[in-house]
Amino acid sequence: MIDLHGYGPRLLEGALVTIELAVLSLILAVLLGLATASAKMSRNWVLHRLGTVYTTVIRGVPDLVLMMLLFFGGQIGINMFTDWLYYQFDIDIFINVNEFVAGVCTIGLIFGAYMGETFRGAFLAVESGQIEAGRAYGMSHALVFRRIRFPQMMRHALPGLSNNWMVLLKTTALVSVIGLSDMVRVAAEASKATREPFTFMIIVAAIYLLIASVSEWGFARLQKRYDVGFEEVN
Amino acid sequence: MESLTNWLDNLLADNSIFTLQTLSYYGDGLVTTVQLVFLSLIIGLVLAIPLALARGSKRAWIRLPIFFYCYVFRGTPLLVQLYLIYYGVVFVEGIQDTWLWVILEKPFVPALIAFTLNTCAYTTEIFRGAIKSTPRGEIEAARAYGMSWALMLRRIVLPSAFRRALPAYGNEVIFMLHASAIASVVTIMDLTGAARFVYARFYAPFDAFLFVAAIYLCLTFGIIYLFRYLEKRLLAHLKPASG
Amino acid sequence: MKFSKLLSIGVLGASMVAGVANAEVRDIRIGVDVPYKPMEYRTPDGELTGFDIDLGNAMCAEIGIQCEWVVQGWDGIIPGLQARKYDAIMSSMTINEQRREQVLFSEPYITPPSAWFAPTDTEIETPNEETLEGKTVGVQRGTLQDNYVTDMYGDVADVNRYATADDMVLDMDSGRLDIVFLDFPIGKSTLLDSEAGNYQTVGEKITEPKEYFGEGFGIAFRQRDEALAEAFNEALATLKENGTYEEIHTRYFSE
Repeated sequence: MIDLHGYGPRLLEGALVTIELAVLSLILAVLLGLATASAKMSRNWVLHRLGTVYTTVIRGVPDLVLMMLLFFGGQIGINMFTDWLYYQFDIDIFINVNEFVAGVCTIGLIFGAYMGETFRGAFLAVESGQIEAGRAYGMSHALVFRRIRFPQMMRHALPGLSNNWMVLLKTTALVSVIGLSDMVRVAAEASKATREPFTFMIIVAAIYLLIASVSEWGFARLQKRYDVGFEEVN
Repeated sequence: MESLTNWLDNLLADNSIFTLQTLSYYGDGLVTTVQLVFLSLIIGLVLAIPLALARGSKRAWIRLPIFFYCYVFRGTPLLVQLYLIYYGVVFVEGIQDTWLWVILEKPFVPALIAFTLNTCAYTTEIFRGAIKSTPRGEIEAARAYGMSWALMLRRIVLPSAFRRALPAYGNEVIFMLHASAIASVVTIMDLTGAARFVYARFYAPFDAFLFVAAIYLCLTFGIIYLFRYLEKRLLAHLKPASG
Repeated sequence: MKFSKLLSIGVLGASMVAGVANAEVRDIRIGVDVPYKPMEYRTPDGELTGFDIDLGNAMCAEIGIQCEWVVQGWDGIIPGLQARKYDAIMSSMTINEQRREQVLFSEPYITPPSAWFAPTDTEIETPNEETLEGKTVGVQRGTLQDNYVTDMYGDVADVNRYATADDMVLDMDSGRLDIVFLDFPIGKSTLLDSEAGNYQTVGEKITEPKEYFGEGFGIAFRQRDEALAEAFNEALATLKENGTYEEIHTRYFSE
């Protein structure tokens, strides 16, 4: 193992935190994105408005500001609630929002808004004739979604999805500012203690590039799978 | 001016957080943020045009370094780039004794360099895409007219590429505004820096960060409307004919 | 080890800890901001150490409870206490009136002054409004030194605010800062005792006015945890009597 003035193992641990954070946020973002896309396409006026406000506000404010608001403010908000429980009912519970949870929630929340836009566009791109054909075959709504709408939507959504993932991956670096020991924070601490910023920051940059390249390759394979039945257009 | 200050004073009399002093922090922060974002975008844009052209060069020794630069700067977090430049320049041997240090000493210029290099990489890719998708017919027509390469570039390729790049570039501008929030990490008192100061001093996260979020939201809307207006003016010919 | 802990917390979304209201003193978690050498810092392998850590652990042992240290950035440290991320703060926190409105303090366990530090070739002899004019002053964000410098010299000098003392030292080394204002022991350990040794204190050590500089470092608790604060006060008194305090003190302040 590369020692790096004793920081090697911690840097590796930090890299794992980064990956874990990115993957969990991605899952949350995809779920939120699907919900938002449905809300925005819904005929229900309230849902539609809610979806629009969410995507507009989130995409209008810097990630770092949202993260600080949620991390510093979110806990106080939750505590107001638990304090209220304590004074009203003498129930003393404590819900801890740590940096990791705050990071996943904020990044998930931010990218949920971007995913929502991606999925909405992709759902709209599925020809309505196909959905009607499915219905005519007697498929249920759920079956139409599973067999027709979802796989076809994914074909259209994948480029946007892969793009969002790349941006999300880089956004995880911001959690180092609110105190989570991801690889950027470990590298920053190490550079300051050893006075060798180049060594540590370039290693971190290389790890990011590696993750990005691997996921690019993965997305290309996925795209190929969902493109089955479509000719490549040059 | 006097009366305005008095009026503000009265308005803020019951408020322990948003005093004239903290509001002036937010005001200065707004100026710093706008300066930082505007300057990096302009310089990045100017550098990106030749880079985007060279990126499509047939010669590998021109094309590959630019590809590599874009790949690295688009593939790594801006925060890492900022750390590298802010803390990295310090370790260049003897830099403190040169005239360069006068400008690199303050955090503003290192941050500006990091932001410019970053936005330039993204803008280069945006333009390259736009130039690549120039309709063949336009180029053939220009050639048929006997235009030189330079004239064709100036009259045909670049203007039409600019228009096609406009929506994507609008997103890049918003992205840069939001990314600039990390300037506060290297002690710059930008908008986010002001919010962090107010938060640390008064332990009031909601007041400090909601207020600054609202300012960013307004700035974002301003940019969106500006680009919508530009698109309407410049892309009018691309709209499907109404009817 | 740490990773699997993160994982379990991350997957759960939020960990819920049920406690008993107003029970006798129980095992607690203590918030601390690192690095702030020699008060609290990490060894390269990540272990926490320092005067506060050793003294805190000794106090916990004296009371007979388990104490777990939680690292938290300075600018979120009081909100974190109120937010019950931890039950106490022992992190070179000066007792003053402004903070008393937010938290309950123990008796002061050490009383260090603040001091100005600058390179040995500095032209500043006594820091005041004239000598600091146009200079760049470094402080840690949200500290009493930040409040003092901002209020006294914020109009004449550039105030650079840092998240940690290490950031500040690096910018001091590189020449980005003309002078910094720090707790004396921290400045001594990070600047005066540094290998290059090219720093000095400037002007007098500062302990007045009390509205800024308070009464020394105390352990902060939530207002309602009076029993806990009392337990720590008693433990401190015992440690001072039996010599343990003196032993820890010489371990970190060898003057």
